[in-house]
Amino acid sequence: MSKIEAQHVDFHYGSFHALKDINMSIKEHEVVAFIGPSGCGKSTFLRLFNRMNDLIPDTRLDGQITIDGQNIYDRSVNVDELRKNVGMVFQRPNPFPKSIYENVAYGLRVNGIKDEAFIAEMVEESLRGAALWDEVKDKLKKSAYALSGGQQQRLCIARAMAVSPSVLLMDEPASALDPISTAKVEELIHEIKKDYTIIIVTHNMQQATRVSDKTAFFYLGQLIEYDNTNKIFTNPSKEETQNYITGRFG
Amino acid sequence: MKKVFEKIISGIITCSGFLTSVVILLIVVFLFSEGLGLFSQKTIEEGYTLVVNKSNPVEELNAKQIKEVFDEDVTNWEEVGGKPEPIMVFRFEDMQKYFSEEELGPNYENATACINSLVEKNPGIVAFVPEEFAGGDGFCGKRLKDHTISAGEVFGGNEWFPTATPAAQFGFMPLILGTVWVTVFAILFALPFGLSVAIYMSEVSSARMRAILKPVIELLNGIPSVVYGFFGLIVVVPLLQDVFGLPVGESGLAGAIVLAIMALPTIITVSQDAMQNCPRSQREASLALGASKWQTIYKVVMPYSISGITSAVVLGIGRAFGETMAVLMVTGNAAVIPLSITDPLRTIPATIAAELGEAPAGGPHYQSLFLLGVVLFFITLIINSSVEYISSKNK
Amino acid sequence: MDNKNISVNNHARKMLAQNVAFTTFRILSGVIVTILFIILAFIIIKGASVLNWDFITTPPTDGMKGGGIWPAIVGTFYLMVGSALFAFPLGIMSGIYMNEYASHGKIVKFIRMMTNNLAGIPSIVFGLFGMSLFVNFFGFGDSILAGSLTLGLLALPLVIRTTEEALKAIPNSFREGSLALGATKLQTIWHVILPMGMPNIITGLILALGRVSGETAPILFTCAAYFLPQLPESVFDQCMALPYHLYVLATSGTDMDKQIPIAYGTALVLVIIILFVNLLANALRNYFQNKLKTN
Repeated sequence: MSKIEAQHVDFHYGSFHALKDINMSIKEHEVVAFIGPSGCGKSTFLRLFNRMNDLIPDTRLDGQITIDGQNIYDRSVNVDELRKNVGMVFQRPNPFPKSIYENVAYGLRVNGIKDEAFIAEMVEESLRGAALWDEVKDKLKKSAYALSGGQQQRLCIARAMAVSPSVLLMDEPASALDPISTAKVEELIHEIKKDYTIIIVTHNMQQATRVSDKTAFFYLGQLIEYDNTNKIFTNPSKEETQNYITGRFG
Repeated sequence: MKKVFEKIISGIITCSGFLTSVVILLIVVFLFSEGLGLFSQKTIEEGYTLVVNKSNPVEELNAKQIKEVFDEDVTNWEEVGGKPEPIMVFRFEDMQKYFSEEELGPNYENATACINSLVEKNPGIVAFVPEEFAGGDGFCGKRLKDHTISAGEVFGGNEWFPTATPAAQFGFMPLILGTVWVTVFAILFALPFGLSVAIYMSEVSSARMRAILKPVIELLNGIPSVVYGFFGLIVVVPLLQDVFGLPVGESGLAGAIVLAIMALPTIITVSQDAMQNCPRSQREASLALGASKWQTIYKVVMPYSISGITSAVVLGIGRAFGETMAVLMVTGNAAVIPLSITDPLRTIPATIAAELGEAPAGGPHYQSLFLLGVVLFFITLIINSSVEYISSKNK
Repeated sequence: MDNKNISVNNHARKMLAQNVAFTTFRILSGVIVTILFIILAFIIIKGASVLNWDFITTPPTDGMKGGGIWPAIVGTFYLMVGSALFAFPLGIMSGIYMNEYASHGKIVKFIRMMTNNLAGIPSIVFGLFGMSLFVNFFGFGDSILAGSLTLGLLALPLVIRTTEEALKAIPNSFREGSLALGATKLQTIWHVILPMGMPNIITGLILALGRVSGETAPILFTCAAYFLPQLPESVFDQCMALPYHLYVLATSGTDMDKQIPIAYGTALVLVIIILFVNLLANALRNYFQNKLKTN
C-alpha cells in the first residue's frame, strides 16, 4: 500500500491554474525527487502535502491527497497534527533566533510536551540523526545564527525530525548552500531514508540522481513523467523530459 | 559659469543638510540661556527684603521656610532654628493696619521710621518690605540674608507656586511626577489595546479588514490634540465624574485616558509594521512543526519583532510625555504631587502652556518655565535616543 | 493509541488557547475601533448641526458667543502657507543632501538621528523656542511670521524624512543612466531624481500640512490671537487659528452654553481638514502608483 497518494489534484491561485490533474503514489521509505523548470508547480505540489498552501489566500484545491489512507484535506483533520507528521525543510535555512537547543525543542514544546528529560533526549537524538551533534554538542545554548549556512540547514532538518514525522518534505534544501554543505545534506538524506518517506524538490538534476529512488518531472503545472530515477535520466519515455534533462546536462 | 552655479547650489544643499542639527543646537542654546537665569535670581521678590528684630538669631531662611512662615504653617521661630518666640508676620501691604496716613506721611516719607519702630517693638516679627524702607539711621532691624535659587530647591522642591510672595516656589517635583504619573497610566491603558489591535491587524484579520482599519488609524493619528482634548473635556471628564463620584472630573485619570487614545495610533502602526516584517520563512518554519497560529505569533513573531514593539511603546511614551493641549484641557492642572490617579494634576507641558502667557518676560517665573522646557527637551531626547538605540541594535 | 489521545488533547488545548487569544484580540480591537468611531461620530454629528455657510464665512460676534469662525480659518490657512514656504524647500534640500550628497554613512546616520530627535521634541518646546528666537531675539513679535517659522520647524523633520525615503526608493540605475549621458549631478537631481520622487514627496508634504493645521502649542506664544475683529494685513500681524480658537472656546469664556456649539463646529472643521488631507494624500498615492504601473 502506498504511503502517499494524490488523485486528480488541481490547484488554483486565484484564476491561475497552477496544477493540472496530478496523480501520484509514493511508497513508504521512498525518496522522491520533483524536478522541472521554475514555476512548473513542483513546489506548490510539495506544499500541498502539509497544507502549507492553506496560508495563501484565494487558492482552491480539487482532487484528493491521502497520507496513510487518510484524506488530509478532510474536515476532521487537525492541520497542526498533520504538520507534525509531515515535516518540512525549506529552501533557505530558517532557524529561529533562539539557541540551538531551543530550535530543536520548539516542535516538541508547541506540541505540548513538558517533560524536560524527554525533550533533552529527543534533541540529542535529532541532532545525531542530522549528523550535527558532534559539531554543536558543546554550544547547545549558543544562538543558532552562530552556525554556518550548511549547519543551519542541518539544524532545520534536525528540528523537523524532532517531532518524529513519518514524511519529510524538502523544498530545494541545498539551493542556498555551498558544495561541501550540499554534499553533507545529501549524505544525510541517504542515511535517514530508512526512517522517513522523503520528497525533495530540486533544481539540480545531479542531486536528484544522487539522492532519489524515483523522480517526477513537472512542466507547466502538469506531471509529465514519474518513474524510477534511473529510467528518467537514462531513458525517459516522454520527449519533454528528454529535452529538459539533456538541456540541463548539455 | 555653469560650474560656479552648480557649486553654489551644492553648497546650499549641503548647508541645509545640517539644518536639523543646527535647530537642535539653537533650541538647546536658547532654552538654556533663558532657563538658567533662574539660578541667579534671588529667592525673595526683586526689590524687597525680609527684616527681623536684631535680637533674632536667625540669619537666613530658605524659600520653603519663607513660604511656610508667611502661610502661617510655621508659627514659632524655634521651628526654623531660632529662639522659642512666636512669629509675627508683617507684609508691606499691612502698613495701613498699623499706622495712620499721617504717621506714614502722604508719600510714605516716614515708612522707614514706622517699620523701624515696628521691628523694634516686636522681637518675633518678620517683615516683608521694599529694600528702600529697610535701613536708614538707627535701624534696629536685621535684614535676613538672601540667596539665589538653588538647583536643589528647583529639582527637589515639592511645591510649585511661582506667583507666591514673598518667596515664589519653583519646585519641579509635582510637575515631573504629574507628567510621569499620567504617562505611566496612559501607557498601561494603551498597551494591551494597542498590541491587540496590532496583532489583530497583522496576523488575524482579513486583508479587507486591514484595508479598512489602516486609514482609520492614520486618520486618528492626524487629528489635532486639541480636538482630543475637547472630546475629553466634553465626554470623558463628565463621565468619570459620574462613574467614580469625583468632586471634579478633571483628573489624572481623564488625562491618562485621552493620552492613551492619542498614543494608540503610534503604538499600533509601529508594532504592526514590526510584526509584519517578521519573515514568512520564520512563520512557515513554526507552522510546519505543528505549531498553531497563536503559538507561532507569541513564540516566533513577537520575539522576532520585540525591538520594534519596544520602539512602539517608547515612542508612545514620548508622545504622551510631551503632549500639551489635550492634557492641559482635561487634567485639572492642580500643581500638587498626585496621590491618586483620580486627583487633578498638572504636567510639565501643560504648565508651560498655561503660565508662559502670564509670566513677565525675563522674570524668575518666565525663566523657570524655560527651565521646565529644558527638562522636557532632555527627557524626550533620552526617550528618542533609546528608540534609536533599540532599533539600531536590531540591525 | 495513548499517543493519539495525548495528541488529541494537546490539539484541543492549542485550539482553545488560540481561540481565547484571538477572541480577546477581536474584542479589544472592536472596543478600540468603536471608541474611535464614537469620537469621530461625536464630532461630526455635533458639529454638523452648527456648520453652515454663514458659520464658515463670518467672524465671531458678541464676545465669541455667536457668529462664525472665518478669521480663524483664514489664520490657519496663512500659517499653513507660511510654514510650507519655509519648511518645504529647506526640508526637501536637506533630504536631497542626505540621499544624494552625503558621502559618509556616518554623516547620514548623524543627520537622521538629529532629524528623528527633532521630530520627537514636544510641540510646546517648539513654542518656547519660537518665542525666544523669533518673537524676542529677532523681534518679530507675536506675528504670522513668527508662528509660521515655528510651525515650519515642527514640519521640517516630516518633510526631510519623506524626501529621503522617496529618493531612496529610486533605483541607482536612473542616476547612473543620467550621469553616463554627461549630465552633472545637479542636472541629474533636477531632471531625473526629483521628478521621479515628487509623487511621494508631495504626499508627505500634504500630510505635513495637515499636521501643521492642527498644532496649537507652538503658536500659543508666537502668533495666536484670542480674538481679532479684522483679518491680518501683514506677516507681522497676529492672527486667529482654528486649534487655538477651539481651545479658547472650550476652556475659557463667559457663556459655555453658547460657546460649546461653536466649539463643536470648529472641531468639525479641523477634522474635515485632516480628513481631506488624508484622503488627498491617499488618492495621490494611488493615482501615482497606478500611473507608474500603466507606464
